[in-house]
Amino acid sequence: MPTWLTEAEFAVLTAACDRTVPATADGPGAVAAGVPDYIDGLLGAFTVDPPRIWARGPTSGRFGGEPGSAGFHPLSPLDELAWRTRIEGSQGRPEREFNGPVVGLQERYRAALDALGADFGAVGPEEQDARLAAVDGFGELLFHHCCEGLYGAPEYGGNRDGAAWAAIDFAGGVQPRGWTDAEVSTP
Amino acid sequence: MTLDAVIIGSGPGGSAAALELAEAGWTVAIVEKGRNHLLDPDDLTRPSADYSNDEIKFHSRHFLGPDPLVEPRTFRTGEEDGDRVHVGEVNSVPSTVGGGGTHADGKVPRFLPADFRLLSDLGPQPGADVADWPITYDELEPFYAEVERAIGVAGLDGANPFAGPRSGPFPMPPGAPMFGAVRSTAAAERLGYHPYPAPTAANSVPYAGRPACNNCGFCAFFGCPIHAKGDPVALLTRTMATGRAELLAETFVSRIRFESRRATGVDLVEADGSTRFLAARHVIVAAGAIETPRLLLLSGVEHPALGRYLMVHFQTIVAGGMPFRTYAERGRSVTHVHDDMIVGDDLSRAAAREAGLPWIRGGLVEHAGAAMPIMEAKHYPPGPSHNRLMADSPIRQRLWAFTMQGEDLPYAGNRVDLDPSVRDARGFPVARVTYRPGRHELVAHEHFGPRLADILKEMGAQWTAVTSSPGRGNAGFTPDSVPESRHNMGTVRMGTDPATSVTDPYGRLHAYDNVVVADSSVFVTSTGYGPTLTLATLAARAAQHLV
Repeated sequence: MPTWLTEAEFAVLTAACDRTVPATADGPGAVAAGVPDYIDGLLGAFTVDPPRIWARGPTSGRFGGEPGSAGFHPLSPLDELAWRTRIEGSQGRPEREFNGPVVGLQERYRAALDALGADFGAVGPEEQDARLAAVDGFGELLFHHCCEGLYGAPEYGGNRDGAAWAAIDFAGGVQPRGWTDAEVSTP
Repeated sequence: MTLDAVIIGSGPGGSAAALELAEAGWTVAIVEKGRNHLLDPDDLTRPSADYSNDEIKFHSRHFLGPDPLVEPRTFRTGEEDGDRVHVGEVNSVPSTVGGGGTHADGKVPRFLPADFRLLSDLGPQPGADVADWPITYDELEPFYAEVERAIGVAGLDGANPFAGPRSGPFPMPPGAPMFGAVRSTAAAERLGYHPYPAPTAANSVPYAGRPACNNCGFCAFFGCPIHAKGDPVALLTRTMATGRAELLAETFVSRIRFESRRATGVDLVEADGSTRFLAARHVIVAAGAIETPRLLLLSGVEHPALGRYLMVHFQTIVAGGMPFRTYAERGRSVTHVHDDMIVGDDLSRAAAREAGLPWIRGGLVEHAGAAMPIMEAKHYPPGPSHNRLMADSPIRQRLWAFTMQGEDLPYAGNRVDLDPSVRDARGFPVARVTYRPGRHELVAHEHFGPRLADILKEMGAQWTAVTSSPGRGNAGFTPDSVPESRHNMGTVRMGTDPATSVTDPYGRLHAYDNVVVADSSVFVTSTGYGPTLTLATLAARAAQHLV
């Protein structure tokens, strides 16, 4: 269940993620890794409190220690201004438009998913590529979010079960265990 | 009660000054526009637990600030670009309690004795205003030693044949050498260079109540989750323990107020937007070489050299693809460096002659790899090949690389001023950076790049590539014209002549008796070394001179 996008939008997003980084024998791909949840979680960051922006520290619990990163940092007033503007756009509010209007991620995703079309998941790959390329800048935005949702920390909703890290032999954050001197110098 | 000093900025410079003053009995307030993620909010004499091994938090989402959406800077390569060609992130050192010290991987080399007398030793360069520093290495040495002990520096005595004399040993031995660095240093030595363990402010043994580094690998551009990195947490916790210091985080200084030749205090903008005046007998400005001149300009300080001679290090980046895994994700990001490209040799002197330049200098060469998977993932094209590239991992698992922090010469045209119309979220004009490399930097890059590639080939590289930041194009703006370097220096030059320098040799503004600049703004030249240790050392010396 998406937290911010509609079910229909989420279905188009899922198909677009699948085209951007598809699953292969080498790894899970964006959809299996939970990238659509990562993106929906960012777009709906302010539906939870504290907002889903910065996972806490100092440890994830995956290598010992407490699962401190399961929670999120409260935002300062300036942080909240920045992240609401980035996600929601400036919406004509003067305190967000000190350097002019800002188009937010919510509006960019909503408009792009609409332009991709409700049938996006049903058309062929070449047609999908053409539609993705037709929305200015969206292909790059989506790709960067796919990279974050695949290979970032699982606390943000992507990289489900750490499977993307396992596929590339990356341990992720290893605090508080760290690496021994021998693992550093003579692995 | 009026404070003895207000210190603007909580990075290595402000922290070093604060520690000297507070331990000498002064009452001080440290004002920091960023948030406090460094010290425990319930006990500011202890570190916090906010940092973590999290690439999204630190790389993608501006956890350490500044967020370019609310605190942008602007950029242009020269006046012919018009008012600006870029708005957003420009040379952003963290804006957070601890400043630039929080994100760096803690390499803290000293400068060479010769760095302080470049003009006398080597002579002028066409188009640049090369000058000697108004102080010598020998005058600075005791303060270098004091700051090294305070932040805890690990290093190997005698390992760098070019280093200046030391009054005492490094406080700690070096930490574990990274696997790739073991091989790249061996290759460099076979070609006649002199690599050595990087002097690093990350504990190799428990030190001053903080634990030894456990090699997690999330070092450069991350805060340290266990606070094995001492700079500047060691300085700030000690400062707070005096009981005479107050930390005002999320508080912006919008103006220094003056009456004739003296500052009376500063105007503050607090987190909720309210404003107040804070009176102080002395004002220490340590906001970094971009925000410091911005504040002085916002405060109405006038000097023909103010904001000029911005230097950032022209970085030459040389990558090699290795036939073996390099394990760059384990260890302190960089464990070895060499100085040969700073000192130069017959080949570099010949290259300078050939280019018609009197001399060239490169910079410190850092031996490192590329560790982080999101960064790697964004470098490969999307589509069905992406998973295969990530699994084969030519960048993260098989790259070894050199970054040369090439010495930028001081040019009057490279500068910081106030953008004529772009504002920050608080409503104040932002800093505008005007910067382009000069001929010296490009000639040094052309000469040293291939020589660094030769070391990687000797190490076994199957391919090598030489790039730079900023890019080498000198004809108009491209996105890579904005330098990646965070080593901002110059802009409030120190010297003995009030006509050509803004501060005296102790960082005190020539025009005002009680305003001291305590950061890398005062640097006369950029040298080829990271600025942190030297700027903290200058700040400690300036503060000790006050008390």
